[in-house]
Amino acid sequence: MTAALALGDDALVLSHRLGEWAGHAPVLEEEVALANIALDLLGQARMLLSFVGDEDQLAYLREERAFRNVQLVEQPNGDFAHTMARQLYFSVYQHLLYEELAAGEGEFADLAAKAVKEVAYHRDHAEQWVLRLGDGTAESHERMQLGLDALWRFTGELFEPVGGVDIDRSALSDRWLAAVTSVVERATLTVPSGPQSGAWAAGAGRQGLHTEPFGRMLAEMQHLHRSHPGASW
Amino acid sequence: MAAVTADQTTQGTAGTAEEAEAAHLATFDAAVAADDRIEPRDWMPEAYRASLVRQMAQHAHSEIIGMQPEANWISRAPSLRRKAILMAKVQDEAGHGLYLYSAAETLGTSREELLDKLHAGRQRYSSIFNYPTLTWADVGAIGWLVDGAAITNQVPLCRCSYGPYARAMVRICKEESFHQRQGYELLLALSHGTPAQHEMAQDAVNRWWWPSLMMFGPPDDASAHSAQSMAWKIKRHSNDELRRRFVDICVPQAQVLGLSLPDPDIRWNEKLGQHDYGAIDWTEFQEVLKGNGPCNEQRLTQRRKAHEEGAWVRDAAAAYADKHSARPVTAGAAAQPVEATA
Repeated sequence: MTAALALGDDALVLSHRLGEWAGHAPVLEEEVALANIALDLLGQARMLLSFVGDEDQLAYLREERAFRNVQLVEQPNGDFAHTMARQLYFSVYQHLLYEELAAGEGEFADLAAKAVKEVAYHRDHAEQWVLRLGDGTAESHERMQLGLDALWRFTGELFEPVGGVDIDRSALSDRWLAAVTSVVERATLTVPSGPQSGAWAAGAGRQGLHTEPFGRMLAEMQHLHRSHPGASW
Repeated sequence: MAAVTADQTTQGTAGTAEEAEAAHLATFDAAVAADDRIEPRDWMPEAYRASLVRQMAQHAHSEIIGMQPEANWISRAPSLRRKAILMAKVQDEAGHGLYLYSAAETLGTSREELLDKLHAGRQRYSSIFNYPTLTWADVGAIGWLVDGAAITNQVPLCRCSYGPYARAMVRICKEESFHQRQGYELLLALSHGTPAQHEMAQDAVNRWWWPSLMMFGPPDDASAHSAQSMAWKIKRHSNDELRRRFVDICVPQAQVLGLSLPDPDIRWNEKLGQHDYGAIDWTEFQEVLKGNGPCNEQRLTQRRKAHEEGAWVRDAAAAYADKHSARPVTAGAAAQPVEATA
């Protein structure tokens, strides 16, 4: 069940990061929107992890090396533009992936059919903000470009093969690049030109090789659960 | 509904401004006496308007500041189910803040103006949110006691004389009751869990009980706005009346939880058919109101910081809207992939 774990960990970890925005958003409507997206992702994570085993055991009792999420979703929030760059890259990928899974016959078809509606909304939200920030003020333009540039190197990993998800990864990658390019250019920004991931790091998250901020995130997330072994909540 | 609009009454009244004012006031008083709703376009006394703005703004601010003590535990929630419940609750609170700012805006103020006053310390929020959430059980104690006290306060507001406020409260109270039950259920799981969990729950109730009683405001003989608010039917019951009602509700619930309330003077008063309870530390209450509670500084600083650090985002949205007002980007257009590069 590698795929359920990989997709479930993606959703779990990104949901956690978005949850960190609560009480810190730039405008009240974004408090609602970011929490809403975080909740959708947490719902997806719970379903996917339940395919594999006990959701809480998987979320709270695995160590860093056993998580299978891509490195993109574990990146710290940074400023609002950084978070929106992460949302754009991930939600476009997730939307294209889930559309394909929903149309197929695989084990994730039902789940993807339900989640694709949520993910379409996440994608729209991210695209609208990339447009606003890119084509807003000089400062927001610069910050949005910095966010896009900083996270670009983590996007290649999105198209690494995942066991159990039988789709054409290279076609997915092409469609993703076209969609992201369209938004970025309409936002008067430039598509980053660097490598989509360090050659050594390609697929690292899927193999349980993560970036440094991730361990600290897990320490916080798991601390209480681990402090009371066997307790129910 | 019943109060005639200002325009209608001025037409055909040939008298002086004072006479017109007296006629407006008579219409307003009659509407309040008849339990009719006052609506945004109706004439109302300036003091009524000011009092409502003060109360509704304070209410809205409480929802927004109240996100902080609970959001403090989102990243550490001990199960995915609890984490989802907590995130949904904090999201609801932001939504309640939005309803209430909108309702306050019908009185001629704006959300920006009200937030500026909050950030400048010129408008208050509920004293309760100046207490820290130190353990996971505090999330349950807030749901049970703080939301419970809020509901006891707010259900009568669903019949408040000002229509937009009353209607906002109907929506808010439904969601608050749900949160309150979830908080109680969280605490029940802890109080019937391991000894360490039980102890955590009792400690949280010990710390949140008295601050929750203070949420009803000063005692009746020291409450500055009460008499006027009750005459205007903004308030329907006195602070002490609602506080006692809350104690009566909590005592049996504490028994089901198997937790004690930290007040040795609580006992059933057979003669009055209600519970007696111990003296509240009004000095602490006054200190918290003055800004000297455990988290006053922290809460306001975080709110100001979120607002200031978000300024460039709001500026960007405004600049974008200016540039694109002739051709708004619709969701449909944004969702179409490829067009520009294909």
